[in-house]
Amino acid sequence: MTESEQTGEDAVPTATLPLDAWHRDRGGRMVEFAGYWMPIQYEGIMAEHLWVRENAGLFDVSHMGQLLLSGDGAAAALEAIVPGDIAALKPGRMRYSLLLAEDGGVLDDLMITNEGDQYGIVVNGAVKWDDIGYLRENLPDHITLNHNEDYGLLALQGPKAVDALARLVPDVAALVFMQAIPAEWQGHAIGISRSGYTGEDGFEISLPNEALAAFADALCAMEEVKPIGLGARDSLRLEAGLPLYGHDLSPEIDPVEADLGFAVGKRRRGEENFPGAARILGHLEEGPPRRRAGLLIDGKVPVREGAKLFDGEQEIGVVTSGGFAPSVGAPIAMGYVPRDHAVPGTALAAEVRGKRVPCTVAAMPFVPHRYVRKQGG
Amino acid sequence: MPRYYTEEHEWIDVDGDVATVGITDFAQSQLGDIVFVEVPDTGAELSQGGDAAVVESVKAASDVYAPVDGVVTEGNGQLEEDPALVNSDPEGEGWFFRLTLTDKSQLDALMNAQAYKDYIADL
Repeated sequence: MTESEQTGEDAVPTATLPLDAWHRDRGGRMVEFAGYWMPIQYEGIMAEHLWVRENAGLFDVSHMGQLLLSGDGAAAALEAIVPGDIAALKPGRMRYSLLLAEDGGVLDDLMITNEGDQYGIVVNGAVKWDDIGYLRENLPDHITLNHNEDYGLLALQGPKAVDALARLVPDVAALVFMQAIPAEWQGHAIGISRSGYTGEDGFEISLPNEALAAFADALCAMEEVKPIGLGARDSLRLEAGLPLYGHDLSPEIDPVEADLGFAVGKRRRGEENFPGAARILGHLEEGPPRRRAGLLIDGKVPVREGAKLFDGEQEIGVVTSGGFAPSVGAPIAMGYVPRDHAVPGTALAAEVRGKRVPCTVAAMPFVPHRYVRKQGG
Repeated sequence: MPRYYTEEHEWIDVDGDVATVGITDFAQSQLGDIVFVEVPDTGAELSQGGDAAVVESVKAASDVYAPVDGVVTEGNGQLEEDPALVNSDPEGEGWFFRLTLTDKSQLDALMNAQAYKDYIADL
């Protein structure tokens, strides 16, 4: 018996994260991911996934790159390489955006936070070194770019995340989705945002490496909180319809094809001054040739990344993420199909081990988002 | 009834010319939650080391190999409805398929229970 799917990369030696021993002590099964040893699971992906949907799960996402950008005209400098309206982003607010190549292809997806005197940017771990190089190359010399390797990043996700985190940092209860504040915990300067990548309410907490273990212990001592591995992180984001860079997003795909047109700011559409503007605006206007779509699988066979998609005998697309969805109770997938097929209800078939598996295009998310967008609402 | 093990974590119970094949408890614990199993069709001719079945966990698909040459007499139909049997009873109710042996001498190269126990202890 051999696993036919590999995780991780083998080009460079695998690095350890600050919480490496913490994960191992808690029974985390460590795998290589994005160049680091990371926990794929603790008690089991299914149980961890369902726990997050009902309670609160703690994820170590310290492999992600935390960048700080400052200097006169930082917003305008960023707008030269992302399609979002960064100038309109108010202090204490964050926005999902995309790092674009010259032709409009997606180099990475990222979160940008206006921290008042600087912008905080969180990028994917697997491409952070490429991102830093690309940013430095494309930012004016007077803009300062720092990679904050002294801080780790934790995500606390799930409907009970707010109750748990408010015991340590009471101010978080007043935040809404995509709002961020600086805070203090046991004398450490930390940053907290109400955000995440599971579709649930939750928070991301940036804190000094030396404080990570104590903070994680304080959370996991609470009955609502368990540590959760990468496996459940992947199944949760898949159910939430959220694309994963390197799988559902790549330099060959533009934001409109990726169904992320919302990340192209209204003002920016008028200005037409971001990379690949002609291609992206053309796709917004006329529709892209292909589009990312959700798929509900008929039956129990998981349909995974790389599976070809067919309309009758004609090959029309490919699956970019897929697997068993614990909260749905069935396999689901997402992939790229021609625009006229990216319509919920369209019947297709996926090829798995030479056999055709019927599937149906479905609206995403597969499990409703439960973000807290308003206080007292 | 002797039970043999492979380095790929299959077990095989032999009763005369007929054998039952599954994956070991160690294998299921490594795979995690099993969500789908594809067993071979009755009559399929398997050769030692070749693909015989597929087991899918939440995170990945894995191949299960034929521990010996043989002809499949039965796949475990229960796994279609309840793939989690592989987690709960891997070396019993969670068996994958039965076959008639075509070359019993191949069993000599497989591990016994103690040898397999020592083998996984070193992994």
